[in-house]
Amino acid sequence: MKFSLTWLGDHLDTEASVEEISAKLNAIGLEVEGIENPADKLAGFKVAKVLTAAPHPNADKLQVLTVDAGTSEPLQVVCGAPNARAGMVGVLGLAGAIIPGGGFELKKSAIRGVESNGMMCSVRELELGDEHDGIIELPQDAPVGTPFADYHGADPVFDVAITPNRPDCMGVHGIARDLAAAGLGKLRPIAAQAVPGSFPCPMPIRTDDPEGCPAFYGRVIRGVENRPSPKWLQDRLKSAGQRPISALVDITNYVMLAYGRPAHAYDLAKLSGAIFARRAKDGETCLALNGKEYTLTSDMTVIADDNGVHDIAGIMGGEHSGCADDTTDVLLEVAYFDPVRIGQTGRALSLTSDARQRFERGVDPAFLDAGLALLTDLIVGICGGEPSEPVFAGQPPVTPKLVKYDPAMAERLGGVAIPEAQQRATLSALGFASDAAWNVTVPSWRPDVDGAPDLVEEVVRIHGLDNVASAPLPRADGVARPTATAAQKLERKLRRAAAARGMNEAVTWSFLPEAEADLFAEGNGGLWVLQNPISEDMKAMRPSLLPGLLSAVQRNLDRGASGLRLFELGRRYLRGQAGASDERLTLGLVLAGEKNPRGWASGKASSFDAFDAKAEAMALLAEAGAPIENLQVMGPDNLGPGPQFHPGQSATLRLGPKTVLARFGMLHPALLKAFDIDVAVAAVELFLDAIPARKSADFARPHYAPPPLQAVKRDFAFLVDAALPAGDLVRAIKGCDKANVVAVRLFDDFRGQGVPEGQKSLAVEVTLQPGEKSYDEAELKAISERVTGAAAKLGAVLRG
Amino acid sequence: MDYAATREQALARIAQAQDLGTLESLRVEFLGKQGSISGLLKTLGGMSAEDRLVVGPQIQALREGVSDALTARKAALESAALEAQLANETLDLTLPAPEAPRGTVHPVSQVMDELAEIFADLGFAVATGPEIEDDWHNFTALNIPESHPARAMHDTFYFPDQMASDGTRMLLRTHTSPVQIRAMLADGAPIRIIAPGRVYRSDSDATHTPMFHQVEGLVIDRGIHLGHLKWTLETFLKAFFEREDIVLRLRPSYFPFTEPSVEVDVGFALVNGKRVLGGSGDAPGHGWMELLGSGMVNRKVIAAGGLDPDEWQGFAFGVGVDRLAMLKYGMDDLRAFFDGDVRWLQHYGFSPLDVPTLSAGVGVRP
Repeated sequence: MKFSLTWLGDHLDTEASVEEISAKLNAIGLEVEGIENPADKLAGFKVAKVLTAAPHPNADKLQVLTVDAGTSEPLQVVCGAPNARAGMVGVLGLAGAIIPGGGFELKKSAIRGVESNGMMCSVRELELGDEHDGIIELPQDAPVGTPFADYHGADPVFDVAITPNRPDCMGVHGIARDLAAAGLGKLRPIAAQAVPGSFPCPMPIRTDDPEGCPAFYGRVIRGVENRPSPKWLQDRLKSAGQRPISALVDITNYVMLAYGRPAHAYDLAKLSGAIFARRAKDGETCLALNGKEYTLTSDMTVIADDNGVHDIAGIMGGEHSGCADDTTDVLLEVAYFDPVRIGQTGRALSLTSDARQRFERGVDPAFLDAGLALLTDLIVGICGGEPSEPVFAGQPPVTPKLVKYDPAMAERLGGVAIPEAQQRATLSALGFASDAAWNVTVPSWRPDVDGAPDLVEEVVRIHGLDNVASAPLPRADGVARPTATAAQKLERKLRRAAAARGMNEAVTWSFLPEAEADLFAEGNGGLWVLQNPISEDMKAMRPSLLPGLLSAVQRNLDRGASGLRLFELGRRYLRGQAGASDERLTLGLVLAGEKNPRGWASGKASSFDAFDAKAEAMALLAEAGAPIENLQVMGPDNLGPGPQFHPGQSATLRLGPKTVLARFGMLHPALLKAFDIDVAVAAVELFLDAIPARKSADFARPHYAPPPLQAVKRDFAFLVDAALPAGDLVRAIKGCDKANVVAVRLFDDFRGQGVPEGQKSLAVEVTLQPGEKSYDEAELKAISERVTGAAAKLGAVLRG
Repeated sequence: MDYAATREQALARIAQAQDLGTLESLRVEFLGKQGSISGLLKTLGGMSAEDRLVVGPQIQALREGVSDALTARKAALESAALEAQLANETLDLTLPAPEAPRGTVHPVSQVMDELAEIFADLGFAVATGPEIEDDWHNFTALNIPESHPARAMHDTFYFPDQMASDGTRMLLRTHTSPVQIRAMLADGAPIRIIAPGRVYRSDSDATHTPMFHQVEGLVIDRGIHLGHLKWTLETFLKAFFEREDIVLRLRPSYFPFTEPSVEVDVGFALVNGKRVLGGSGDAPGHGWMELLGSGMVNRKVIAAGGLDPDEWQGFAFGVGVDRLAMLKYGMDDLRAFFDGDVRWLQHYGFSPLDVPTLSAGVGVRP
């Protein structure tokens, strides 16, 4: 809402300054987004009289003027305007003034060798209009030497943000009412004199859609002369940012902006038969005033005559029936439309307007008569003409709301004690009537108020939120208790563990291009795809954290990065039960390009490989408290790692055959190509929801009991089938004698000379832990036989 | 026999030995089984007791002196050999050592940890909820019915999908406020929670991204009023920015889920073109900046949460986490938060060891 100080003064009798008004508006919840003071930009301009005008010695089109601007000596000014002449009064910009229409600062200068002390200005240069044919000519009695801003009557303009609950403040009068209640002046009453009609309304008016349009009031005014509005009206509209068009149009806009009451004026000559509110027919069209044609549905209310739709009710009038310069007979429409339907229609048509904003928030249903009277009075006053008797079709919903209030609530909810008498006075100033028992009647213009807390808000905001004192929240005894859940602690720990391992945490978009999401979509029960994405690049919710990270990798590579360690901890979006989403906390991690740059000791740069990914997965799972000793490296199979990975250099880490805790490995070159990445990328995805929670409730750790005897280490080398997973051999040996074998570490995997084709040599270091007494030769032999026996079951032959 | 002379001669020869081999042959010569001093010791057996009493100590002293000299010389020779060897092992230590990559924690995560730490001290737990929400939790239960103009304030991303149970539309939550409803329904009252997380609005320009982070605060209890809200926000902001001079300005506003509703501005000073929080916005060189929205929870919202609004009341607030991070740590472009540029992450990210704690202060200074 924009309005000038003068316009506010029409409704509020106040001596307050612009600053005081602005501060009060903010304090009572009408946020001032800006104040435009035209006087600010007219600083340095004065009313000045041209004393002499002589041709410029060095330029045909310039004149040298002497100008009286109230200074002790006349000033010499060079001027190029054709209308500059001795005796005229105009506006002089002095050195230091900034030309509003150009943004440059005036300086004392020599123009073609003649000193000039300022500039005589045109209308356009002062941003007062478009004229630029010559300099401004003021009346001869304009007081020479006065600041032009004072002479011009520059009027500050407030720009106030109105929250959607306050339709009453979408008119200057409502804002004035709030300010008056807050003690900033006296509200001037609305002077709406009913104008009697002199003949019956020749146009039948009715509402055929009492739900969408409960009330349709109207009348005809004949014999009007549509002409430019008077200056006072134009000034007010301009301060609101509206362009004056013609008196008939301007008057409806003025009543809307001054009183929050939208209305429409039809050119009666363009209507035929009766005029009525009805539902649109599906597919019916309306060419609106904005020049666009809208296709309507039967959910929408329109104003129509026998020939068709003339108005999308409460939102925008039609192009064909609006008032034009040659309009002589006018039909006024002052209606009440259902706010819900206006909102739905406006959203469906993506059509906003000042009228819609007001109707959908709820205009005052008790202001139809007054609105009609104000409009009639203004039209007759400005355009002449003769009004018909008004027609009242339907009834607006004017049943007043009653709220039971308790003044103690101001303190109970608002935290500030306000005397009852003051509360009553505040409510009364805002239009709320209250009886002795605090039954409060809500004024018709406040659809937002329907309960006691709303009244608390009214009295507290007018009293001032500054007066609410801070009150400490009650605090539990002692040190604050821990509040984080196990999942939160896990997330925090993993984040810092990954960062401690050299990874950079990224936060990437939750949504992806659909094609990229599709590459990761298998087994997710279908992607979540937005109906109204902001762009095609942000359309499908990510089913994996890897694609977002890969896009980040690609961007970093484009910027010249050679090696990247990125991770993200966030949600994957899957399909859940009964239409809900299933959002799973996941850690994605990518290792791209160079692991180590070339070095004086290490030689050539090295790249990340699948074991780097495995190392990260294992380390992070260990930090997460997963039983990493029991994890199995499995797949590729139907549980993963999935087609995004290199089929021979990737796997999953599982707890048991079904529970996948992580997938890791090199990504598939075809996938990388889809992301435009030309370096190898190792990746990990850790499924935090699958990691079993730690069970221990106690802080105490198990008793520390080091074995009394030293462990014994024995090496074994086996020839096995080249395809046998080393992990199988290790696991078999680990399980062959649990009493004695405590660790098995694989330290060699060799193929080539001395090893038959199709086979490999695997060497393991087996750690044996004696119990009560040291091993003797026989025992060691027995254990060794169990080791070789277990290996033999996998086809392993002990190397000689 | 002149034992002293023998000793002098032996010690001189030991001192002259230049390598361990020579020294070993001297040891054999003097102290070996057939050695000269060993031979002298053997003569003691044939002596009279009186002679032995006189000569014995002299021979013993001779043996000890030679033995000590051998040991000392051996140590000296070994030490010299080691020094000579080490002298050949000199490294150029100006060469670079192997570098360990430096990992970082994203500012959004760091700030969320800071918030959790501060609010834990005030007794708030951290709650979460789904980001793909249904219309009821995101709007209806928060007193924003379908027709409500306030829905126009939220540029909502919708899915074509619906909940199976009641057919309400699925959408991306536009705020963290639906967690209020979920918390009340799940845990009843009293409640003190914060709910940080991702939220989404169909909005994109220099200061808005379609995804950003918000933290919701909710207190439901008996006798909670606007003064408690004010205190909580002041206390939180003072702790977060580690400044005692934080000044808040409360302005009446409108949110459907609160009544009364309060917009909160915070005073700042312009220092070298940057906004530095602190001081009253009305002071010279200062201004007010809109920071967060809040209010007393609307009775309808409390009822939607399954609680009796006559018994329970409370406050809620919501603030942008990214915004808090920018104000505290000085980033000026929100879009960079979500780009994954390692140069930015290295610049604005945090060491994993900078875990926010109350004792050390929740902030990290560069």
